[in-house]
Amino acid sequence: MKKETTNNQAELRTDKNHGMERRDFFKILGGGIFIFFRPWNALDLTGQQAGQSKSLPKDYNAFLRIAEDGTVTCFTGKIEMGQGIITSLPQMMADELNVPLEKVKMVMGDTDLCPYDQGTWGSLSTRVFGPYMRAAAAEARGVLLGIASAQLGVPVSQLDVKDGMITDTKNPKNSVSYAQLTKGKKIEKFLDVKPPVEDYTKFNYVGKSYNHSDAIPKVTGEAKYTGDMKLPGMVFARILRPPSHGAKLKSVDYSAAEKIAGTKVVRDGDLIAVINENHDRADEAIVKIKAEYSFDEMPVNDKTIFEWMLKADSSVNIVRSNGDIEAGRQVSDKVFDSEFHDPYLAHTAIETHTALARLEGDKMTVWASTQSPFGLRDGIVRELGFPVEKVRVIAPFVGGGFGGKGESQQGIEAAKLAKLTGKPVMLVWTRNEEFFLDTFHPAGVVKIKSGIDKSGLIKFWDYNLYYSGTRGSDTLYDVPNSKTTHYGQKSGGAPIHPFGTGAWRAPNNNTNTFAREVQIDIMARAAGIDPLEFRLKNLKDEKLIACLKAVADKFGYKPGKSTGGRGIGIALGTDAGSWVAHMAEVKVDKNTGKVQVIRIACAQDMGLCVNPEGAIIQMEGCIMMGLGYSLTEEVLFEGGNIQNRGFDSYTIPHFSWLPKIDTVILERKDKPPQGGGEPAIIAIGAVIANAIFDATGARLFRLPMTPARVLEALKKV
Amino acid sequence: MEETIKFQLNGKKTEATIDPTQTLLWVLRNHFGLTGTKFGCGMGLCGACTVLIDNEPVRSCQLSVGDVAGKNVVTIEGLATNGKLHPVQKAFAEHDAVQCGFCTPGMIMNATGLLLKNPLPTTQEIKDGMENNLCRCAAHLRIVEAVQTASKEMKGGK
Repeated sequence: MKKETTNNQAELRTDKNHGMERRDFFKILGGGIFIFFRPWNALDLTGQQAGQSKSLPKDYNAFLRIAEDGTVTCFTGKIEMGQGIITSLPQMMADELNVPLEKVKMVMGDTDLCPYDQGTWGSLSTRVFGPYMRAAAAEARGVLLGIASAQLGVPVSQLDVKDGMITDTKNPKNSVSYAQLTKGKKIEKFLDVKPPVEDYTKFNYVGKSYNHSDAIPKVTGEAKYTGDMKLPGMVFARILRPPSHGAKLKSVDYSAAEKIAGTKVVRDGDLIAVINENHDRADEAIVKIKAEYSFDEMPVNDKTIFEWMLKADSSVNIVRSNGDIEAGRQVSDKVFDSEFHDPYLAHTAIETHTALARLEGDKMTVWASTQSPFGLRDGIVRELGFPVEKVRVIAPFVGGGFGGKGESQQGIEAAKLAKLTGKPVMLVWTRNEEFFLDTFHPAGVVKIKSGIDKSGLIKFWDYNLYYSGTRGSDTLYDVPNSKTTHYGQKSGGAPIHPFGTGAWRAPNNNTNTFAREVQIDIMARAAGIDPLEFRLKNLKDEKLIACLKAVADKFGYKPGKSTGGRGIGIALGTDAGSWVAHMAEVKVDKNTGKVQVIRIACAQDMGLCVNPEGAIIQMEGCIMMGLGYSLTEEVLFEGGNIQNRGFDSYTIPHFSWLPKIDTVILERKDKPPQGGGEPAIIAIGAVIANAIFDATGARLFRLPMTPARVLEALKKV
Repeated sequence: MEETIKFQLNGKKTEATIDPTQTLLWVLRNHFGLTGTKFGCGMGLCGACTVLIDNEPVRSCQLSVGDVAGKNVVTIEGLATNGKLHPVQKAFAEHDAVQCGFCTPGMIMNATGLLLKNPLPTTQEIKDGMENNLCRCAAHLRIVEAVQTASKEMKGGK
């Protein structure tokens, strides 16, 4: 049995905590067994190449605690923002440790209590944090079995463990529970040889569907988000913002603001804020500040940005290359040359960036809506000069992130204001600030040259990506001659993006999958081959082929060569270790250009699926959210001035858009779990664009596919 | 400047001595500690701050506390009775119509108002009635299903 690897010489400790990062840990938590994770051994469990995991922090440690009452507390620096890991991580813990699921509690996103974590993004919680947690749980179980072996006087190989109870298989009365073993003791030890994690066939909880464990507090209003915190003496703050990115403050007069009852104006360099115990008064005061700015803006707007990027002096990097593009061109019967444009996008979580900061003595505590509590902690350390152990960041429930809450500027601002005023400061960004200060999905251009031979096989693929990221830019199809080139910001050169950009759900993959899958569709049509058949013909990736077949089956796809008002599109891609294929049906109003998506089906291979219900919810969310970037979402700007700063001018999906949604998760229980929060969004733009073409013959190269752009494309049919 | 405003709040007679021009949303959150009602946009465009006023779903960020004098205000905290979830709350939980949960109180209040007016809405009527409540996690499918389930339960039992 795997348990034989246990080192029986358990060293019981009551005082020392070797290797603990936080000295306060025991003080805060009291007794219990602590097991250290061993990331370097867990790495091979992720099913990824070592090189791909370089984003992992080097000192990645995580902990679990088994308390006297048998409760297992799982600590993670990850946060819960709706993606559902508060439900799925305990499933993994319970199975690996062999304890009842209801005994597992989560402590998340608290930098004083939880192991270091870079941030909750990239669909990494299950596929990368998960294996560490499972490895730690396996080791914990091994340690406990070793101690039980000594106590029960039988070899480990004769012990079995179920629901936190260790039993002598030859004498079931001879048993001891985890809780009895841990009672009043702190034990810290490692196993010399790490036990393997459980085989999927032994799982009780993983692979079964569970409702979100945080649903009840969320439907009663009891769930606490950062803005729901309240401290004695707390004041609300509003910060003076420039009218545009790049504007510089010339002069400021805040005498009128100070006349608003209870208002204090505070300033630290360019940070100018009003504080007031009353939220509305702070709102009133901030608009009374008279400020003048000088402008030195970049001469670019949402219409000229693509040409701006193509003309820029860029750093050129060949991402991947095989064969010879020119040789491929020579053997091609038809050659295609397309240019795709993708705009800046806003995140627009319904909870705006919020932070509450309190300085008590020399310790700064910040509650914040953040995807990266440790990143914010380090930011406060950097910008305010606090020692790291004097800063604690806590992320309560986060009201949506989508990549937009990684920077956490609001947390640093609140901390500065708490230091300046000596009071607990609550800072809730307005919706206007949220749109202005966002780290937008970057605009980008993709230029593709490709060719097919007479039989419809792709012979070359020359893919050029400008100022977007390379995630999802893989060729995927079996092409003998291909090259992917990235044109990006030149080191030391003038900035190309006129404002901050960052991750946006499946960062840049939406851009790349849109371009690739539309180009594939163009070639299929030119070859006179059904787009599904064309893809199957040019694919070798068995997982993509399986996804395509599964989605076609679910969708009830019937092949068709010509356009004729069918309105059915196909697209596929890979993201976060998972594979997806989509089919969609749309209706296009040729008079108005309005597109209504009737139905979308998606098949996903995500390896072992921990919580199928939770995974399906993520797929549904990806599909519905994806309609936004496909059809309406686009940041309008002139220089650094963001022009659409409200839900009336930046339109996200509404209920009336809801299509019929069908999802399939492929059975892959024997494979490592992969990402689930992002993959199903990547192909939405392409699947709709291809469906629009199928309906009308109009080809869209520009996102979002607004009525005006659809009408424009219809003119060319 | 301050006045005593009397109204019904979550089934109880309530009064507050307060500047009547204060935004209802922030009075509910800061004065009464009812933080289930959320700030999402402050412009009446997202619905996260929806409460019921005399059974009508209303955006509390667009009202002053003085506006509700003499009226009956229900927030998400006032929906459950004797610890028993309201059918709409129960249906949202059962259908997992909750992701980040930030829009959820406003969604539930809006759906409750919708069902009070139209106890057996069609799917289209649910979509129409929920149209201007925004959910960025895009849980729309399950929210519609939850409202359908709640409709059946309310019609059947309550």
